[in-house]
Amino acid sequence: MLRYTIHRLLMMIPTLLGVAILVFVLLRLMPGDIVELRFLAEGGRVSPEALAVERIRLGLDKPMWRQFFDWITGIFVGDFGISMWTGRPVISEIGSRLQLSMQVAIMATLLAITISIPLGTIAALYKNTWIDHVIRVFAIAGLAVPSFWLGMLIILGLLLGFGWIPPLTFKPIYEDPWYNLSQLIWPAIAVGYRYSAVATRMTRSTLLEVMQEDYIRTARAKGVFERLVVARHAMRNALLPVVTVVGLEFAFLIGGLVVTEQVFNLNGIGKLFVETVSRADYTMVQALVMLVATFFIVVNFVVDLLYAALDPRIRYR
Amino acid sequence: MRASTVLSSIGATALAFAGLSSAADAQQPKRGGVLKFAVSAEPPNYDCHANTSFAFIHPVRPHYNTLLKFDEPNYPKIKGDLAQSWQQSKDGLSITFKLKPNIKFHDGTALTSADVKASYDRIINPPKGVVSIRKAAYDDIASIETPDAQTVVFKLKAPNASMITNFASPWDCIYSAAKLKQDPNFPQKNIMGTGPFKFVEHAAGSHWVGERFADYFEKDRPYLDGYRAIFITNTAARVNALQAGEVLSEFRGHSPSDREKLKSALGDKIVVHEMPWLCSLVVTFNTEKKPFDDARVRRALSLAIDRWQGAAALSKIALVRDVGGVLRPGYELAASQADLLKFPGFGKDITAARAEARKLLDQAGVKGLKFKFLNRNIPMPYTPVGVFLIDQWRQIGVQVEHDQPETRAYQTSLLNGNFEVGLDFNCDHVDDPNLQLLKYISAKKSTINYGRYNDDKLDDLYEKQTRELDPKKRYALLREFEQHALTQAYTIPTVWWHRIIVNWKQIQGWHMSPSHYLNQDLQDVWLAQ
Repeated sequence: MLRYTIHRLLMMIPTLLGVAILVFVLLRLMPGDIVELRFLAEGGRVSPEALAVERIRLGLDKPMWRQFFDWITGIFVGDFGISMWTGRPVISEIGSRLQLSMQVAIMATLLAITISIPLGTIAALYKNTWIDHVIRVFAIAGLAVPSFWLGMLIILGLLLGFGWIPPLTFKPIYEDPWYNLSQLIWPAIAVGYRYSAVATRMTRSTLLEVMQEDYIRTARAKGVFERLVVARHAMRNALLPVVTVVGLEFAFLIGGLVVTEQVFNLNGIGKLFVETVSRADYTMVQALVMLVATFFIVVNFVVDLLYAALDPRIRYR
Repeated sequence: MRASTVLSSIGATALAFAGLSSAADAQQPKRGGVLKFAVSAEPPNYDCHANTSFAFIHPVRPHYNTLLKFDEPNYPKIKGDLAQSWQQSKDGLSITFKLKPNIKFHDGTALTSADVKASYDRIINPPKGVVSIRKAAYDDIASIETPDAQTVVFKLKAPNASMITNFASPWDCIYSAAKLKQDPNFPQKNIMGTGPFKFVEHAAGSHWVGERFADYFEKDRPYLDGYRAIFITNTAARVNALQAGEVLSEFRGHSPSDREKLKSALGDKIVVHEMPWLCSLVVTFNTEKKPFDDARVRRALSLAIDRWQGAAALSKIALVRDVGGVLRPGYELAASQADLLKFPGFGKDITAARAEARKLLDQAGVKGLKFKFLNRNIPMPYTPVGVFLIDQWRQIGVQVEHDQPETRAYQTSLLNGNFEVGLDFNCDHVDDPNLQLLKYISAKKSTINYGRYNDDKLDDLYEKQTRELDPKKRYALLREFEQHALTQAYTIPTVWWHRIIVNWKQIQGWHMSPSHYLNQDLQDVWLAQ
């Protein structure tokens, strides 16, 4: 297990290096540069000399290999560079948004797990009854309704019903829990609903599959209570694919709430992603892609380790 | 829209403002309160001299002063900001400013003429590594002298009809000479001015906070305890925030549909301000690409546009309304309606204009013209105006493909000439031919001419009007410029923007101007309870 863990950790390095090369090259293949955007997109009358001064200041006059070398060597010493748009350190720009995105992702995940596992289990146990149909409608509606659209409905409902919308700026939960929750509970619901729908469907189908297995029949034949059959024998196996789905969804939520963050005016990673791509802020986009890639890799790794915990038969070499 | 309607609407707007202004002025301003407003974008850095966007002006301007500023209710009249008085010599070659007494920076140090000189030196001759965007506006300044701590004298190489107006530019913040000496790029990452509000916080991507500067040199100002600018990029979220009262205003502008939504939801809790906006949408032809190197083809495409009917229809769905030439309709040096109607493409008989357009295309030997129309992918007002123009050209048998790439690709295409015909815009902080005409003069003289043409006649007329201090003679020169520019039709105005601001009624002392860059120092703004 230890060898496997070390091997997986080492494999992260070439994967991240590949991501780094890819994002670095692709960004520079796209038309437009940040200097033109900043000074000309708003109709500025800027001389070519002034544009050149800014390009030099940002290091865009250097050869590509040099820019890549500077960036990648910086990463190894924990320096992700300076945002080309704001001039502030990339780490602080991301840090100020990561807390919010992490909290929404955690809240949505908790909500999804709380809803999906009981509902998926009930749907499987009462297969083809009215209970199963109701849960299926709930889950399919969740898959069909985009999170941002649900978000818009929630905002409109609050606005028209109470003349109120969630706070527009973020306060950490340890500073003002009520304010914090009154802002973030709504996007967590909007996102968590779709997330729970995916997990409910997955729980139902895998549990149904597991319930047909011979060892379940054996357990029942031994006279084990049905509740124990489900909880101890079926659920542990049925949850393996659910854990994968939950893990990947969680990683996606860190950078993927692009439109939902816009709807709720959340200052999160998704919004930052869109803004920095449209501004051609190379250093920031590079850092964000690396962050999200790292998240996916780490979450996958954790999911693999959880597999072993859930299923003792799984042993990695 | 008929010109008379335009004029009457401008008049009605002006009267409405006068009415609103007098009603507000009749109330006694109150101290206190924090003004919360939305800003749809965020400033990239803190340097006035290196920024171009309203996203900078709205949160940052309240921290600074300029030498002069526009007299808010009486635009375009100018008044002193830091300057107590100013005098231009008869030959127009010298302008002397006397500063107001007891002006302090936010760090407690006194402002003197040395600070003004250092700030303008930075604009005119930026040190290495400093970006100065408006350097060209001060090309005529030969030297800056400071005979004493309260006096600044600008010596000019030649008379310049726009120079006094330049000193009221909201972008020319006055910085501390001592701070600039320590680091010429100090303003890029620090806020330290003399303005009515001190800097408190900038939470990146979220909000900007300013608090009242107790030692502000204007007695009893500012009225507000502070302000909070909240960055809301999504239009629907912005309108929702306004409707919920989470913000009391958004000072750039709203679309007609958002105005109607807010009016129906909030009724008399809000005040709607409207005015012709100092932003025009222009069609630019890439004259290096055939057949747009032919003036007949360009003019034909201009003649095909029914600006008057189009403006009336578009004003219902987009933030555009008025028909105008190269200068904003309503501005004293803009073409009168009688003059405007004489220019190609601005007549009211669209049938005759389109017949002439077809004839011009025939003469140019252009049959079955097809081209790609480059446009910004920003819905308001670019998309509806783009769709309208394509329909107008279709009516003379021209087929056009609408190309709306994202802003960075759009900007690069425009800049590098990778387009045939494009929709461009021109926004300024003040009605001033020296600014607005830059869009039309030769590429060798203007960095914002994307048509890639050179025309000595236009450059010569531009220069002449710059040097002409007599408004009547300047008007005549401007018409000559306009006639030539619109006949050659390298770049053609379509419709002018229309600014709509929706404020909660509590906001008092704020005055609408044709530019979203002006009247944002918040010095005189107060909140009625």
